[in-house]
Amino acid sequence: MDEDRLNETFAALADPTRRAILGRLMGGEATVTQLAEPFAMTLPAVSKHLKVLEKAGLITRGREAQWRPCRLEADPLRQVADWLDGYRRFWERSQERFGRLDDYLREAQRKEAPDGHTGDR
Amino acid sequence: MSDLKVVADPGTHEIVLTRSFDAPRDQVFKAFTDPDAVASWWGFRDSKTEVAELEARPGGRWRFVGRDSNGGEHAFHGVYHDAVAPERIVYTFEYEGMPGHVLLETITFEERDGRTHMTDSSVFQSVADRDGMLASGMESGAAESMDQLDDYLAKG
Repeated sequence: MDEDRLNETFAALADPTRRAILGRLMGGEATVTQLAEPFAMTLPAVSKHLKVLEKAGLITRGREAQWRPCRLEADPLRQVADWLDGYRRFWERSQERFGRLDDYLREAQRKEAPDGHTGDR
Repeated sequence: MSDLKVVADPGTHEIVLTRSFDAPRDQVFKAFTDPDAVASWWGFRDSKTEVAELEARPGGRWRFVGRDSNGGEHAFHGVYHDAVAPERIVYTFEYEGMPGHVLLETITFEERDGRTHMTDSSVFQSVADRDGMLASGMESGAAESMDQLDDYLAKG
């Protein structure tokens, strides 16, 4: 796991405009003009965001001079998903352990009081 | 419907789990300290636990072996420091697949509103050990995640 890469990715994601741009690119390639459309922002301002995303490897930009379509690159986000995965598994495993304890306790209480009266309390 | 909470403050040596159970305290305490009880719930869904030893008293030993459906075996052991029914157990914990990384676990039980509230605090020997446990997803069985944990810990 590349720590520097993760740092850059998180920094790039820490902005709602950039996240919205990535969301748009999930639907396919787009030009700078198309990406700028939903925002009350100048084209140079949008370009600044695109530079950050490009530097972090989250997007690539085509070479066709006039159009330079932007494309979403999956790899850095996959690294984030991998990083999160361990924590997700930790959470799920903790849930699992205590889920089984729940089952055990329910069964133990049922055994203790088959006729509805509580046993030794 | 579980109220499980996991707290692991950055840069600290501790993971704290809290959860409540729909059972009286002495029953929950027994679930943690009676060998037959432990064997029936401890471990992960896809594995069976053998309670090789369990002496829930100061100086008592414990050892559990989890076996999964792939024939994988994962053993854990430690020593009890304290066991005060029905409120507290304190023991060391080591995974035999990664010897030398020992944690101290303190589990307390409080009864409130007919429910038992458990607080499970694990204190590790280093922040790296603590972070490694979180990042590995507690899957001490999977060789793959152990490799990752090795790498992580090796980085210091």
